[in-house]
Order: sequence, then structure tokens, then C-alpha cells
Amino acid sequence: MAKQVNRFARAGVALATFAVITACGSTTTTGTSSGVNAATATSAAAFGGMSGLIAAARKEGQLNVIALPPDWANYGAIISGFTAKYGIKVNSANPNGSSQDEVNAVRSQGGTSRAPDVLDIGMAVALANTTLFTPYQVTEWSGIPTSQKDPGGLWYQDYGGYMSIGYDSSKFTITSVQDLLKPAFKGAVALNGDPTKANAALNGVMMASLANGGSLDSIAQGVAFFHHLNQLGNFVPIQATTATVKNGTTPVVFDWDYLSAAHGKDVPTWKVFVPPNAVLGGYYAQAISKTAPDPAAARLWEEYLYSVAGQNLWLQGGARPVEMAALTTAGTLNQTYAAALPPVGGTPVFLSPSQATTAATYLDSNWAQAIGS
Amino acid sequence: MNRRRHRRLEPFRTIVLVVLGILFLVPIGAMVEFSTRGVGINSPRTLSSFTSIFSYPDLTGAIVASLELAAITSAAMLVLLLPTMVWVRLRVPRMVRVIEVLCLAPLTIPAIVLVVGLAPLYQWININLSDSILTLGFAYLILVLPYAYRSLDAGLSGVDVRTLSEAARSLGAGWATVVTRIIVPNMSSAVLNACLLSVAVVLGEFTIANLLNFENLQVAIATIGRANAGVSIAVAVASLLFVFVLLLALSFVPRPGSRRRRVRIGVL
Amino acid sequence: MTTLVSSAAEPAGPPFRGRLRVPSWVGVVPFFVYVAAFLILPTAIVVGGAFAGAHGPSLTNISALTQPYILDSFLHSVVLSAASAVIGAVVGAVLAYAVASGAPNGVIRRVVTSACGVLSQFGGVTLAFAFIATLGGAGFITLWLQEHGVNIYANGVWLYQLSGLILVYTYFQIPLMVIVFLPALDGIRPQWREATSNLGGTSWHYWRHIAGPLLLPAFLGCLLLLFANSFSAYATAAALINQGGIIVPLQISNALSSEVGLAQANLASSLALAMVVIVVVVTALYSWLQSRTARWVR
Repeated sequence: MAKQVNRFARAGVALATFAVITACGSTTTTGTSSGVNAATATSAAAFGGMSGLIAAARKEGQLNVIALPPDWANYGAIISGFTAKYGIKVNSANPNGSSQDEVNAVRSQGGTSRAPDVLDIGMAVALANTTLFTPYQVTEWSGIPTSQKDPGGLWYQDYGGYMSIGYDSSKFTITSVQDLLKPAFKGAVALNGDPTKANAALNGVMMASLANGGSLDSIAQGVAFFHHLNQLGNFVPIQATTATVKNGTTPVVFDWDYLSAAHGKDVPTWKVFVPPNAVLGGYYAQAISKTAPDPAAARLWEEYLYSVAGQNLWLQGGARPVEMAALTTAGTLNQTYAAALPPVGGTPVFLSPSQATTAATYLDSNWAQAIGS
Repeated sequence: MNRRRHRRLEPFRTIVLVVLGILFLVPIGAMVEFSTRGVGINSPRTLSSFTSIFSYPDLTGAIVASLELAAITSAAMLVLLLPTMVWVRLRVPRMVRVIEVLCLAPLTIPAIVLVVGLAPLYQWININLSDSILTLGFAYLILVLPYAYRSLDAGLSGVDVRTLSEAARSLGAGWATVVTRIIVPNMSSAVLNACLLSVAVVLGEFTIANLLNFENLQVAIATIGRANAGVSIAVAVASLLFVFVLLLALSFVPRPGSRRRRVRIGVL
Repeated sequence: MTTLVSSAAEPAGPPFRGRLRVPSWVGVVPFFVYVAAFLILPTAIVVGGAFAGAHGPSLTNISALTQPYILDSFLHSVVLSAASAVIGAVVGAVLAYAVASGAPNGVIRRVVTSACGVLSQFGGVTLAFAFIATLGGAGFITLWLQEHGVNIYANGVWLYQLSGLILVYTYFQIPLMVIVFLPALDGIRPQWREATSNLGGTSWHYWRHIAGPLLLPAFLGCLLLLFANSFSAYATAAALINQGGIIVPLQISNALSSEVGLAQANLASSLALAMVVIVVVVTALYSWLQSRTARWVR
């Protein structure tokens, strides 16, 4: 009897040990500072000014960000700059995540200490999920153009760029989008993602559409263009990464200009082309999660991003910071970085949310057939 | 007769091992070649991609967490799965198929979808029990079930479980002794392979840890890899090497009863 | 000579001295409890989503599965999994035999099993890149062949199509087969070989009548594992064929994390449910095959 029960006892001990080990490794979250409810503060004034905010954030000790890879618009330097300035540890999760992944994480991890505090998402996802955000207005609120922020402070655009074609100038010359149909580009052209899934790719197809006689309300010409490109064998379906660019497998990539500019690190002859007849712009937006585990740190992060230092760091990454006009007037825009931005002729246009939805619906029904084998 | 078969077997073995070895090493070689490239044409080879890996601050924490998870998962797998499989073969043979299907089930659902189902469970666990990355062990144990089961099953099929266990029990052994001192030594290579696979699965697991916002080895690697092109490949090569050396070291752990197997080449 | 009592149906444990008679089901309780909590429950949550509509339970997600592009992706998935499983199983079995017929504690065996352990879990963007760097448009083998006048991509780049995926998948299927099949090969007794040759049989007789049938159940089991492994693999395909959803896991990923407003979590659930059904069907087929071939094996 003793021996038979022994087996169960051992299994029970093992499972209990398992549970004890996991419990021992647990961390407890620190509460918010006394007096101020950081989770509902709508500006730095609620903390008694920036010093109060900084103190509250330091007390929390950490910040959870999501989907901010180091090579995206200079986020590597932005994150290390934040930690160096305030001594707050930044936990960067899911670096390759999409905007939808960020919102999914906020929902599925609410209440844990790992839930994302702040979000950097595309406009379509932002507008569809405003119930997850809490309003906050940074000190530089007036520097953000009215059309680029939510009046209630739920979301506010942060940086943007123009859809471009990045290419290795030692192999090709591109003066128009139609150049890509030439035989020299066989097996060379790639999109940054699938347009039914990724915002950057959708804008890439829309830019091609604008350059081929389409309009913001019609992406069909863009789909037809890529269909043609695919039939010629010029289009490759692989995911373009820094490695495939450096390796030469994807020497021509449709991508946001600030992301494309980053390839210049690996390929010195990399150039960024924005077609003068199709200047399609797109901005991303910031938001603070209502269920943020570190609300004070989240607000400090936003203050940092919208300070002169933060905006210029984005500029260094080749993106156009949202306060660019205000900073230029005040003379605090970094002129070296501004000069390095790719030249843009023509008037920029932006997709409205309804136009984006129309485009997405069209792609959903037609993209797979257009580039199918 | 033995010698003739031996003479035919050796060249066969050599050809198979050499050909497949080359085929498998070529893509890895391409990765190493790429990660040692400098910037721009004709620039010299450099190891800077590899050395810059270690400047990432959270890497050690991620490595330690992954190693702990690997150990916990392998141990839990042996404790949970092996006795169950032996018991089922002896006492409840009709359930063998049920166990087999259950152990294959984790592979039928892609990890990205499994996370959708695991997320509410983990939300509860992380709020009420523990927030540690080690709670991933619960999910990882499920993930290694298909591989471990197949490995252990292959080993068990070569052991006459019924005869051995009845003989041992008739001599007074309890179940624990039967499993640990009779059955396991007879399938030591299966047990080792199951552990090897469990360690490899845990160290290579990315999707679930990533979507639950934990930072394990592969998530840290993905983050490091976004620094630049060379680093993204260098870090993958380094990770492969690391796990390979770890598994090689594991294979030197003395297996119970391994002394009994004599070296008889070409007898199969 | 004592005769051991054994019956075909549920045997009772031998009632030895004062031992507690534990019901048969007790031994499987820990396993079932754990699996119920961490596998059945999440699966039920996922599958429940398949039947959820905007206003309560509905079958719209299930009927959405009949759209042509989704049916196509299922076909591609099955073809990809079956092909990579068969190739992986056959080549893996040969490699496993080459390893098992050597010294059990030798260097080759240790190195090969460790390497196979690592490579069986090697996938995703880096595996895709490894093949792109080797056989891609600018891969060194492609360029070397072009220098010698051979253009392997004269009819389109097959690496970025289903055939390329099959090739890349075998890269982790073969090592996986080696690891899970090796214990079966280790279970072969040298006595069987000797007995065969003593009775005048050749290698062919040995494999055809002795070792083959004995290894077949394990081989089929490993084949099934390889099929399921490949069926649900996602990251490698996502890196190589990022456009369109050529296989089911890519469709699922599109449905789950589309950031252009096309996310439909419930469609992802119904796709996953369909995947489960397919694997259940394949497992049933395997089960039937097993019962046919393993009839005389204890």
C-alpha cells in the first residue's frame, strides 16, 4: 500500500514544486503614488507639474511598450534615451507586432503587470478602438495640428512619412512607378507585407494606384498594376526584411520613406523615391491604455515623445514628426536631420478612414487572385 | 556473413551521413557567410554582428528564463507522461488511442490560434497565481506532448512492459520502482530523446511567449535582430549553436543501464 | 513453469499481499486533469468562437469556409504537409538507420542527434532567409549556377511557391523524424537478424518479414506527427510567401492580426476548427492502418 500511494505522492510533490517555483518567481506590481490617481490624470498639471509626474513615474519603475522595434523610426535611440534620462526600465514586447496585435494584447492581458501601457498604432485601428484609451494632453498639446489629434485627447498622431519606393541605385534607376514594369526589374520588387494585413502595404498599393490613374477612392488600378508586375515576374511575394535588402534579394521595396531610409545603413547606394504624382502620406497615432499597469510612466513617456528632444529623435529616424511646423517656427527643429529627409514634390494626400476601409474591402476580394500563382 | 554485411553497411552509412550533412550545413553556411559581411561591396569580413549581440541588456535574463523553462518542462513531461503511458499500457489498453490523439492534439492547432484560447487562462493565472515567465511551463508542457509521446512510444514498443512489470511486481516492487528502475533503463534512448526534444522545443518556442508579452530567448533574439541585418542572422546562428552545444552536453548525461549495451556495429 | 495470467480485455492487477486495489482509471487522472485545463479548455474557447456570430450563435463563420480561396488554401496545406511528411519520413528513417547502426555512445550519434534536435525546431524568418541566401534570387547557389549557364528560375521563382515551401519544410521534418524514430530502431534486437540468417534468410527477407512490419507502426506514427507538425507550421511560410494566404495558417494570421480593419477573430476560429477536423480524419485513417498492420504485434 505504501509503495502504491508513493507514486501519487511523488507526482503530487512534483506538481506542487512546479507551482511553488512559479509562485516564487512572481513579481508584484507597485501601486500608484498617493494623492494623485495617475490612471485618470489628463495632464501633467494633475501631478503638480513635470517634477511630480517624473517622481510618480520613477516610483512605478517600469514602462511596457509593444511593437516598437529598434529600427522603426529610430525607436531604439528613443527608448534608450528615455531610460537614460529618467532611469525607468522599458520592457519592449512583440517587436514585430502589428497595430491589431497591440490592441489584442491590451485586451487579453488587462490586469497583468505585463499589459502594454502605451500604443503606437495606425489610424484605422486607433479609430476602431477608442474605448480602450484614456484621455491625456501633453504639455506641447498646442503644437499638434488640430486635424491630427482627437479633441478629447484619446489619441494624437506622432510621426508619419510618405509612401516610397526604396531601391539600390547601383542596380537600377527609377524615375516613375511605371519603370518597374521593365524587364530589368525581374524578380526584384517586393511590398512590405500583405496589403490585406499590413497598413504599409495597403498604402503601397494605393500609391501605385494614384500613380496609375487611380484615386484615393479607387485602389483597383493599384491592384491591376501589381497583377501585371506579377505576371511579368517582376514581383516577389517574400517578406522584405533588412536582411533580404542587404543580401540583394529584394533590391526594390515599396515602404514608408522613413523605414526605407534605414536600409541606407546596410546598402550605401540605397535611394528613396517618392513619385511626384503620387505623394501619399500616412501618420501613426499614440494612445495611453485605460488599463495601463504603469499610468504615470505612460504619461511621462508621452511627454518625452512630444518634447523637442523626442520629436527630433523621430526626425533623425527619417520620419516627419507631427509638431514639425511648430518646431520650425520656434527654430528648434534639427536642421541636419530635416535636410536628410527625402525630397518630396507635389501635394501630399492622405487616406481618410472611410477611404481606407473601401480600399481594404476591395483588396480583401481581389488581392489574392491578382497575385495568385 | 557479418563481415560482408558490415562491408556493405559502412560505405552506405558514410555516404548517407556525408551527403545529408552537407545538404543541411549549406543553408547554415549561407547564414554565417551573410552575417560576417561588412557594409558595401568589397568591405572586409567582420565579426561585429556577433559581438554586438552581447551588448543587449536583457539577453542574460531571457537565456536564464528559457533554460529554467526547459528544465521544468522536461522534468514535468517525464513525471506526467511516462508513468501515464506505462499505466495505460498495463491497466487500460483501450485508452492508448485516446492518449495518443490527445498527445497529438497540440500540433493540430497553430500556436497563433492556441494563444487566443490560452490568453484568458493566462490572464487569470498571472493575476491570481504568479506573473513570472515560468508560468509558461504550463503551456510548454502541452506543446512538447506530441514529440515526447512519439519518442517515448517508439521506445516503449520495444519493451515488453507487461512481462517486465509483472515480474518486478511479483518480486515486490512498487509502481515507482517498476517505472524508474525497470522500464526506463530499457528505453533510455527514448527518454533521452524525449528530453532532448522538449529542451529544443522550449528553447525554440517563440509565438506563445511573444503573444503573451513574455521575453524568452527567441523573443529576445527577435528584438536584437531588429537592430540591423547582419545582427538578425548572427543572433540566429548563435542561438542554433547555443542550443546545439546544450543538447550535446545533455547527451553525455549517463543513462541508466547504458553500460549494458555492447558496441555491435552492423548488427541491425 | 509458471503461467502468467493475462487477458485480452481490461486486466486486473495481480492481487499481491495486502496491496491496495486501485481502480484502473486513477492512474490516468493527473494526465487528464492537466490536459483538460491547458489543452481542452483553450481549444474549446477557440472553437466556441467559430460558432459565434454578431448576435449570438451562428453558422456564418462555418459557411465562410466554403469560399474558393479558403478551400484552395486547405488543399495547398494538405498537399504541403503530406509531401513534406512523406519526404521527411523516408529520408529521416534512412538517416536514423545510418545513425542507429553505429556505436550507441559514439561521437557521430551524439552529434547527429543533437544537431537534429536543434534543426527540428529551426524555422521562421531565419530558416526562410537561410534558403533565400542559398537558393533565392541572389542566393549563392543560384548565382554560381547562373555563371555556369544554368538558370534554375527560368520559369519563375519556384522557391517562393508551394514547391519551394515543400523543400524548406523538409529541412526541419527530416531531423524531427530522426529524433522520434531513432528509439524504434534502437528497439530492434540483434537476435532477430541472427535468427533470420540462421534460417537462411537474406537481408530482403529480414526487412520484408521481420524488421519492416515491426517498425511499421512506429513509422506510421512518426509520419502522422510530421504531417501534423507541418500542417500547423506558420512562421516559415509567412516569411517566404507573404502575399495572399496560400496555406491555412496564413489565412488564420490574416484573420487575426489584420491592421487594415479586416480582422475577423471568429473566422480564424472556424479555420482552426476545420484544421482540427482534418487532422482528426487523418488520425482516424492512421488508427485504422495501425490496427491492420499491428495485429500480430504484442
